[in-house]
Amino acid sequence: MTAVSRRSALGIGAGALALVTVKPAAAQFVRKDGAATLEAIRAFTGGKEAAPGKIVMDIPPLVENGNSAPLKLDVPGLGDGVFVRRIGVFNEKNPLPETVTLHLGPRTAPRVQTRIRLADSQTITAIAELSDGTFHSATADVIVTLAACVEG
Amino acid sequence: MSASTQAMQRDDVQNPGMLAAGQGEALWNAQPPGGGQSCASCHGDATASMKGVAARYPAFDEATRRPIDLQDRIRACNARRPGAPDMPHESEELVALSAYVGLQSRGTPTAPDPDPRLAPFRARGQALFERPIGQLNLSCAACHDARAGGRLAGALIPQGHPNGYPLYRLEWQGMGSLQRRLRNCMTGVRAEAPPFGAPDFVELELYLQSRAAPLAVETPAVRP
Amino acid sequence: MARALVNAPKTAKAGEMMEIKTLISHVMETGFRPGMDGRIKPRDIITEFACEYDGEVVFRAALHPATSANPYLAFETRATRSGPMKLTWRGDNGFEQTETVDITVE
Repeated sequence: MTAVSRRSALGIGAGALALVTVKPAAAQFVRKDGAATLEAIRAFTGGKEAAPGKIVMDIPPLVENGNSAPLKLDVPGLGDGVFVRRIGVFNEKNPLPETVTLHLGPRTAPRVQTRIRLADSQTITAIAELSDGTFHSATADVIVTLAACVEG
Repeated sequence: MSASTQAMQRDDVQNPGMLAAGQGEALWNAQPPGGGQSCASCHGDATASMKGVAARYPAFDEATRRPIDLQDRIRACNARRPGAPDMPHESEELVALSAYVGLQSRGTPTAPDPDPRLAPFRARGQALFERPIGQLNLSCAACHDARAGGRLAGALIPQGHPNGYPLYRLEWQGMGSLQRRLRNCMTGVRAEAPPFGAPDFVELELYLQSRAAPLAVETPAVRP
Repeated sequence: MARALVNAPKTAKAGEMMEIKTLISHVMETGFRPGMDGRIKPRDIITEFACEYDGEVVFRAALHPATSANPYLAFETRATRSGPMKLTWRGDNGFEQTETVDITVE
């Protein structure tokens, strides 16, 4: 190692502790635009329009670690005989736009909880397909804080 | 720690640390191949015999005349038990077994061993806590005493209490011991971390435990 | 076999919703992470969860690498009749596990 490269290595080392948390290897998979997300949503709805509302998505606006964000979905106030067929959850910046797809039915309540990974701060979209053939959507913006002191 | 991480810890079926504790329970009752003694053969039902034990560790070890932490106590016990599996530091088995033993103290206040022979080791642990280390020249105290409650980038700086270990860390996506966490911190300040099981770690654990008393044991905790 | 935790009511009144909570131990390796040697680790995830009860799959989830390690799923299904509820996880590398809980409907 030359003196120069050693000095520059130390220069990086003496930076803020938070620099440790940048993960270049994972960062290369963060998608720059939402084209694939729109495509995945189109595939889910078959090109039908999803009206905002009816579905409620609960996810903390500030997530402590992107490895695990609690996600709660609910479709309250459905009319008689109407049930939720599917709920698709899509992300904007993970390597793949699909997050989780839930298949419900007349015997299942439209309330589900799970935990998801978020590669970066981004917008999450949930779309519910009802038994009457309509689609409804909700979005949420999530900020992911980087963990301090990662394994190294 | 956010409300959602707390909720994850509080509900056993949401807490992935309980999966490890379940594995630990199986190991507690497992007989070595070809017969021989399990942990339960001597110690019986852990829910009774191990109640409150983890809250008192590290303890003074008569054999080595030094403090010993729970994981090394389990290892020492295994070494005397014919046919017992070797459980290296930070192995899945050792972490699981100590999570199961630790679970039996959940809710018990941390109670440092009052043995006076531990005092010099505890003092050494405090000195290690306060000594600046690494390229960043930071001590544990520089963050976890002086800046606890503040933020490092977006992350909250905690007071550095050890009462939930072994725990499930979201960053690890798995379980780990207090020593694993201490090593993360040391790497963070660009210091060379001692190997698992080093005397420095046990002394630090001893000091951290006295500093945390009487906080209740939370094992297996969930942390970001 | 992977460790799983299931929380379901042992008894329920006919017609009421029962909350089922499940947690299973699985790394959910995304297929996008480099290992210690710098090479990308191959994907190893659970791809599907299904709950079969009273003659029908009442709830199913398709999982992707965006599901957190040690997948947690909680849902509610209506108590209809007494019998076994089968919870099955399937995934890469032939992963398959079923847990059964017996439900008594009054």
